Amino acid sequence: MAIASFAESGADLQLTGITKRFPGFTAIEDLDLTIPAGSFFALLGPSGCGKTTTLRLVAGLEEPTEGKILIGGKDVTETKPYQRPVNTVFQSYALFPHMTILENVAFGLKRRKIGDAVAKAHEALKLVELDHLASRRPAQLSGGQQQRVALARAIVNRPALLLLDEPLGALDLKLRRQMQLELKTIQTEVGLTFLHVTHDQEEAMTMADTVAVMNKGRIEQLGAPEELYELPRTAFVANFLGQSNLFTGDVVASGPDHITVDVAGVPIVVPRIRSRRHAGEVAIGVRPEKVTLLTTAPAAETGRNVLGPGRVTDVSFSGVSTQYLVEVPHVGELVVFAQNMVFGPVVNVGAEVWLSWNVEHGFGLDDEPGTVPRFVADDSTESIAIQRRIALEEELEQA
Amino acid sequence: MAFTAFASTPAVEQAPRKRSFIALVLLLPGILYLVLFFLTPLISLVLTSFQQPVLDGDIGEYQAGFNWQNYSDSVGEYWPLILRAFGYALVATVLALVISYPIAYVIGVKARRWPLLQSLLLTLVIAPFFISFLLRTLAWKQIMSDEGPIVQALKAVAILPSDGHLTGTTFSVIFGLTYNFIPFMTLPLYATLERLDLRYIEAGADLYASPFTVFRKVTIPLSMPGIVSGTLLTFIPAAGDYINASRDFLGSSSTAMVGNAIEANFLVLQNYPAAAALSIVLMAVILVIVGVYVRRSGTEDLV
Repeated sequence: MAIASFAESGADLQLTGITKRFPGFTAIEDLDLTIPAGSFFALLGPSGCGKTTTLRLVAGLEEPTEGKILIGGKDVTETKPYQRPVNTVFQSYALFPHMTILENVAFGLKRRKIGDAVAKAHEALKLVELDHLASRRPAQLSGGQQQRVALARAIVNRPALLLLDEPLGALDLKLRRQMQLELKTIQTEVGLTFLHVTHDQEEAMTMADTVAVMNKGRIEQLGAPEELYELPRTAFVANFLGQSNLFTGDVVASGPDHITVDVAGVPIVVPRIRSRRHAGEVAIGVRPEKVTLLTTAPAAETGRNVLGPGRVTDVSFSGVSTQYLVEVPHVGELVVFAQNMVFGPVVNVGAEVWLSWNVEHGFGLDDEPGTVPRFVADDSTESIAIQRRIALEEELEQA
Repeated sequence: MAFTAFASTPAVEQAPRKRSFIALVLLLPGILYLVLFFLTPLISLVLTSFQQPVLDGDIGEYQAGFNWQNYSDSVGEYWPLILRAFGYALVATVLALVISYPIAYVIGVKARRWPLLQSLLLTLVIAPFFISFLLRTLAWKQIMSDEGPIVQALKAVAILPSDGHLTGTTFSVIFGLTYNFIPFMTLPLYATLERLDLRYIEAGADLYASPFTVFRKVTIPLSMPGIVSGTLLTFIPAAGDYINASRDFLGSSSTAMVGNAIEANFLVLQNYPAAAALSIVLMAVILVIVGVYVRRSGTEDLV
């Protein structure tokens, strides 16, 4: 039988050289990952990036083609799921329909022959505020309640490592916020290691200590949420975590602190330490909310990059901010977020504007030059709309 | 106010009334069929079971009456056959379940990834239906006959005594019942297992349950609808079966079931009231057993 006692604290998880091949495609390619004990770690990526497969490998529901999985320093690669000190909150919840809520929650405790299973299950249900529904069946509960039961059923076992597979995907926005807070509270209170898989960048950033952005079976970048957002390493990260304005051009001057890139004839300055490549053709970018809209041509000023003039092609008001799309000749379309400090948009469609941002806010990417077209395509509203629709369809499909 | 309330009432009631009229029209053929071919014979059977012989009449000549004794007489005479019928049916049902479950599991769960294999295996389960079950049962009689290879082999290794038989024994009758009803058990089991959500099994494994425990605590309870319908489809016809236990097929006089008694009374002895009384007793016992079984198996939550 498996571990007959509760984990004292979270355990660290180590994946070394994990490769997973399915007939016809490779889901994960040579993945190395270390998650320190007690941390809240998020694996973020679009569907099909291999994040759920990674989770299933850790849970033992799939076997890696190559590589090792260590939990708390112990090699568990060869062990069966029921022998691992790991519990999963499944995307579909997978609550046993033939058992009551209480029986569902007590299931793991009873299998491990832990005393007082029923009392402990009641306690876990109190934690998610559902003890009054203990005698109901899963089908009689709402989606949000089922989600909380699934969480209680996993947490009650005090696993060294808790795996969360998009557990909030089927919830509405308000409930999702509430559950995010609850999850975070539970994680800090109990001190377990959480591995959270999600395609929702906002969820990953608000909840996790460390976020790993995954794409096509590889980790593109790993770090604290602020770090990933402020200094994305690749175009994929720059566009998957929020939006970015990306440009390409040749490095024309290289100083000790800054490099200058020629973007369609305009010199754009990027800090040297914030840029990955320092010579040849490079890709650089800036976040839309760092860009200021100006209606008159600004005087040249060191410490600020200026692009323009361009024409506003779209204005969309979203409450706290307004999103402007600005078409700059030879450069392409740029996105600008402006906080609504006055009533309504500052400029209208068709207005002539200049764009300016602090040199220190720019970043240079690691991508190979030559993958240029996709930068332009990726931040158009159309492609964002398509991405949103795909994400929504997925959510609906899962619900 | 009051007038408008009155005026609106008929309009509100009209809709459901119209709908129930259509429902009645749609149900009519079914109701007619049941009245004609189920209710009428049933009433006739009940009336027959109370008939009494015509004084100084011919054999097989009966008149309407209220002869309770038909029941006590026939049950008193044939109770060992009734018990045997339910005993055989029970053993055959359990055996069919034990044999069918793995078959249905392989077809419904393991072969899911290969739809072609799945339909091929399913066809194999149904294939015996293409041959009359009388022929198949007779074939088994041949195979298990005294000169057949099975009996010879069993005698050679002294499992069967030198004067032993296979046909006409309890073994051959239960074997025949099990064999003939396996598809009726396998198909409903397959229908349930085919829809079994494997994520529940993964969840069980994730919650420290070994494969055997997952099977016991998750797979079996979730396949209860199939188990219940499969066992009913096997048990009910097996309890009333008179082919397998018949002397012409796999049985002998020592293995006769209540079905054989009913057959003999109707067709040979021409004791219609006794046959009718036995039929009704058989029906009543099955109804009680099935009622208790469905209640106890607690499948209301699943179906």
